[in-house]
Amino acid sequence: MATEILMPALSPTMKEGKVARWLRKPGDAIAAGDVIAEIETDKATMEVEAVDEGTLGQILVPEGTENVAVNTPIAVLLAQGEDASAMPAAVPTAAARPAAAQPSCVPSVAPPTAAPVAPQPEKDWGETAEITVREALRDAMAAELARDEDVFLIGEEVAQYQGAYKVSQGLLDQFGEKRVIDTPITEQGFTGMAIGAALTGLKPIVEFMTMNFAMQAIDQIINSAAKTRYMSGGQMSCPIVFRGPNGAAARVGAQHSQCYASWYGHVPGLKVVAPWSAADAKGLLRAAIRDPNPVVFLENEILYGQRFPCPVDEDFILPIGKAKVEREGRDVTIVTFSIMVGVALEAAAKLAEQGIEAEVINLRTIRPLDTQTVVDSVKKTSRLVTVEEGWPFAGIGAEVAMQVIEHAFDYLDAPPVRVAGADVPMPFAANLEKLALPNTDWIINAVRQVV
Amino acid sequence: MSNETDPGLGGGHNSRAMTEADLKHAYYQMVLIRRFEERSGQLYGMGLIGGFCHLYIGQEAVVVGIQMELKQGDKIITSYRDHGQMLAAGMDPRGVMAELTGREGGYSHGKGGSMHMFSSEKHFYGGHGIVGAQVSLGIGLAFANKYRGTDEVSVTYYGEGASNQGQVYESFNLAALHKLPCLFVLENNRYGMGTSVERASASKALWRNGEPWGIPGMYVDGMDVQAVRAAAAEAVAHCRAGKGPVLLEVDTYRYRGHSMSDPAKYRQRSEVDEIRKTQDPIDRVRRELLAMGVEENELKAMDEQVKAVVTDAAAFAQTSPEPDPSELWTDILVES
Repeated sequence: MATEILMPALSPTMKEGKVARWLRKPGDAIAAGDVIAEIETDKATMEVEAVDEGTLGQILVPEGTENVAVNTPIAVLLAQGEDASAMPAAVPTAAARPAAAQPSCVPSVAPPTAAPVAPQPEKDWGETAEITVREALRDAMAAELARDEDVFLIGEEVAQYQGAYKVSQGLLDQFGEKRVIDTPITEQGFTGMAIGAALTGLKPIVEFMTMNFAMQAIDQIINSAAKTRYMSGGQMSCPIVFRGPNGAAARVGAQHSQCYASWYGHVPGLKVVAPWSAADAKGLLRAAIRDPNPVVFLENEILYGQRFPCPVDEDFILPIGKAKVEREGRDVTIVTFSIMVGVALEAAAKLAEQGIEAEVINLRTIRPLDTQTVVDSVKKTSRLVTVEEGWPFAGIGAEVAMQVIEHAFDYLDAPPVRVAGADVPMPFAANLEKLALPNTDWIINAVRQVV
Repeated sequence: MSNETDPGLGGGHNSRAMTEADLKHAYYQMVLIRRFEERSGQLYGMGLIGGFCHLYIGQEAVVVGIQMELKQGDKIITSYRDHGQMLAAGMDPRGVMAELTGREGGYSHGKGGSMHMFSSEKHFYGGHGIVGAQVSLGIGLAFANKYRGTDEVSVTYYGEGASNQGQVYESFNLAALHKLPCLFVLENNRYGMGTSVERASASKALWRNGEPWGIPGMYVDGMDVQAVRAAAAEAVAHCRAGKGPVLLEVDTYRYRGHSMSDPAKYRQRSEVDEIRKTQDPIDRVRRELLAMGVEENELKAMDEQVKAVVTDAAAFAQTSPEPDPSELWTDILVES
């Protein structure tokens, strides 16, 4: 059966080219893999290899011919025993290719969403006790390590040193070195290793000494952890938690003071959590460890030592993707997360003295964002102020404001205002550092702009 | 293809030990990969495969020889030049080729493409598009084996181009530190895209690159499937016994460009022709089988069988529908 040899494409963008040279002549025996011709475009010259064996029949496009369209038959390959008059058999061509489906019915930025469900009030977990955020994180890990043999903690100084910030205090003694694993200072290596283990179904908790160092492994987090489920058509998932202190600490300068909420929040395939209180930390970390997806868990070093009431119930857990209204108010909605929740609550208390009742929303989760809670609040207050420690440009405030514009534009009585860290690398000098980070006055001033 | 020093683990990995049945199996597998890749090249040329497409032609003996020493449960991970690994691991040629054409019937329903393909069933962990990134994941697969207390091995393939990536050495350190059952297979096909290994690597004996961490290095002729298999036997046994990782450098050669859109002007056509003429791994096995007394017709029949499989895969890859538009939004997160 004779087959046509088609003008090949050198690249997906090539539409036509030149048949530069024929290296075989009619009558030559051809084996699969033999170079039979050379073709050229303005970018490159490339050899055409035979895919089937046979005898070269008629050359349909002589050498030197320019502007030969891709998929044009350029020669005929004869099977054994055929002569040159044999007609080429039909071969599939690009023309036979089904037209690319035009996803006209598919929205460009968001999946079809279900009708919004009425928000449910947060479960009352009963009795609480005051603990630090540090203790809450440790307790969450201890509970999950005890609950599931597949969970392990890995990172720099997490075991023998008891944690660079003492978050993993006591876990080595309790669970042993198989489950609580010190690593060398090698973020790409241990992050990749943990992701590989997670792809097989283990559930690593990767502690970064600070999230700044996770940038060494951001390729592993995004390209390998976040995208594998999609790229594998749902065959593989990556149940892993990447946690560590995020944002500014105190006087540690530009390379150690940065908020990654916006960076990771940008990525489909990741969940991003940013707790404020001890209850947030404990309930959300337990949920993150149990979540079958990669979760980036952004802590804050300054909060580690702060005490908050936290439910003592052994089963206490919080849902990822649900914001919390920390303070109710009718005049303005302040949307914030992590350490800025405390600052916003202080600002709200001062505003109350001035007769302005601010509603303060603790996002708790950055992705998936609890748009519903924010929108419901703005529909009530008609004013929005976002507060974050990170940089303003393309920050979380920008996204929250856009969500409000999309879902509650008609309810707004004033343009949203964002409060964010200064758009500069973090300075070291004490006075300059203070100038770079949002405080209660910044929030009060922002609120006064819109109320 | 020679190397001045050939350390080996026990020195016996160049022994010729394959039975006729094994050699026939190797022949079939290598021809399958060769014909599959030629057909992929053809479909690419017809515009049916888009984007990047990195062919494995010339390197067939590497994966086939290694795979013959693996058992069910052993894990495999590699770079974007992954079609050979997948076929050797027993993945369905239809599903692989339909992924190349971006169709519903592909292993990832068309969402991964040539460089990003996986099979839970065959313990094939991809198909990774970032040079070297699969190496740290590969030690994680080995870590999981050890954590679970199995004797399974993780085979982590990468090229001599990736061998200059920092994370490879971070991975060596961790694998040695934890004595992970990881076989690092360094496929040295001599060119990282257009840059020859001589111009890219100050280390001239890549199999020794694990020495600072005490990782045993081996070097083997990757155009000789029997030698590859014999080396793999030693290396895999070492890993399986809990003695830690092994680095196996396999000297091989890719006949085609780095990807389909690479005109390969950085080397002489005569270099390719010479290797193809004198060292082709398939020709070599063919000669060996004929010398064993296997009939030409029997080989021909295997060739025809492969041709039918590849033709079927190519037809499937062109008739399988494109993924439903709703697939755009699935498999991003596990819904809980």
